[in-house]
Amino acid sequence: MNQIQAAFVWLNDPINWSGPNGILALTGEHLLMTALAVLLAAVVALPVGIVLGHVPGAERAASITVVLTNVSRALPTLALLTIFASTAIGFGNRPTILAAAIFALPVILANTYAGLRGVDADVRDAARGMGLSGWRVLGQVELPLALPLITAGLRTATVQVIATIPLAALVGGGGLGTIIVAGFGTQRYGQVLAGGVLVAALCLAVEGVLALAQRLLTPAPVLALQRS
Amino acid sequence: MREGSLAQMSPEAAANPWLSWSYVQDNAPEILGYLGQHAGLTLQAIVIAVVVAVPLAALAHTWPRLAGPIVGTTGVLYTIPSLALFAVVYPFLRDRRATVLLGLVLYALLLLVRNTLVGLATVDPAVRDAARGLGYGRWRLLFLVELPNALPSVMTGLRLAAVSTVALVTVGVVIGYGGLGQLMFRGFSSGYRAQIMTATLLCLALALVIDLLLYLLGRALTPWARSAGSR
Repeated sequence: MNQIQAAFVWLNDPINWSGPNGILALTGEHLLMTALAVLLAAVVALPVGIVLGHVPGAERAASITVVLTNVSRALPTLALLTIFASTAIGFGNRPTILAAAIFALPVILANTYAGLRGVDADVRDAARGMGLSGWRVLGQVELPLALPLITAGLRTATVQVIATIPLAALVGGGGLGTIIVAGFGTQRYGQVLAGGVLVAALCLAVEGVLALAQRLLTPAPVLALQRS
Repeated sequence: MREGSLAQMSPEAAANPWLSWSYVQDNAPEILGYLGQHAGLTLQAIVIAVVVAVPLAALAHTWPRLAGPIVGTTGVLYTIPSLALFAVVYPFLRDRRATVLLGLVLYALLLLVRNTLVGLATVDPAVRDAARGLGYGRWRLLFLVELPNALPSVMTGLRLAAVSTVALVTVGVVIGYGGLGQLMFRGFSSGYRAQIMTATLLCLALALVIDLLLYLLGRALTPWARSAGSR
């Protein structure tokens, strides 16, 4: 009970909300780092996934996706983070963004590939038969049909990244994780609890917003297709 | 201290290799200790997770009305970052090992519940019908027909969960109980690369070994899947 009270006291202190190390600034930093990491991963993963899914006969190259996904599951984020932080990349936010992007990459890649691959071969054939060029088949047929899976991949990746960013605090970076790590360091467990609740709330909120955005952004015909 | 002595350091001492066998030899007991802690936490977590998840999934399967809340709750728990979970749990438990363990179990739950449910739902309806025709009641159907048939799916979930758990243990660093993560973090703090790399490689090896053992266990538990010879 005592800890909950301490957490409430900490959360109710206006000093903890404002300023360069306040909750608002740290949340902003957290979201900015997340956006950068997802952007970085998407810039690499989307084109590769689209090419692998569009070009026929790329199945063998696509098995890279599976290997990448499996290795990324076994490799601890902390390992990559501390390795990066011990190189010229330096410690702080940079290694965290990079590590989070690397772990988000297989998620986006696998979903993009699966989305394009999953397009009905008959639909693709029909488009070709109507005289559509390779690019137009991709842009007007394959991509719209693959969109639900691609956005699902981006959403999963974003939620994963936002959950990874708190680790930045361990290597001298920013974001909401600093509240937790600083609390543990000073044994202020009310602050630790408050930080944990804030990070959890941010993750759940972003997950909710993205779920809503995904539904709103999916083209109506595709949505109808999913329902049927 | 480090800056002052830097000039006098021999080239050999200044070198900071990523791999160093002498580091491993000199610190073998400590490294093995953390490896043991890591493996112990992982195994304990997945055993507890199975004991909790399979009945939950069976419950959700038998009463579909419960499926939504059960999968939803485990999904929410999965979304919460491990660091935040440790931060929320530790002030109450005040026990490092128990906190990490609880976090690991909660994470493994989603993968296990989801895979068990999929396994139970995809049991061949003809098999289920045959069992009903033989007079199997709800529980005998569940234990003697559906769960054994769901076993391959459960094992897939278990392997996924185990490998993720090995990686996740390292986050326990934040409360000072992170198995091999402790070595990674100390290596980072003191700028000693060999320590980080050794711990990383051991983590990957541990994940690989546990995955292989679970694969073999799955094969031993489902002999019928092999004799079918479909693949």
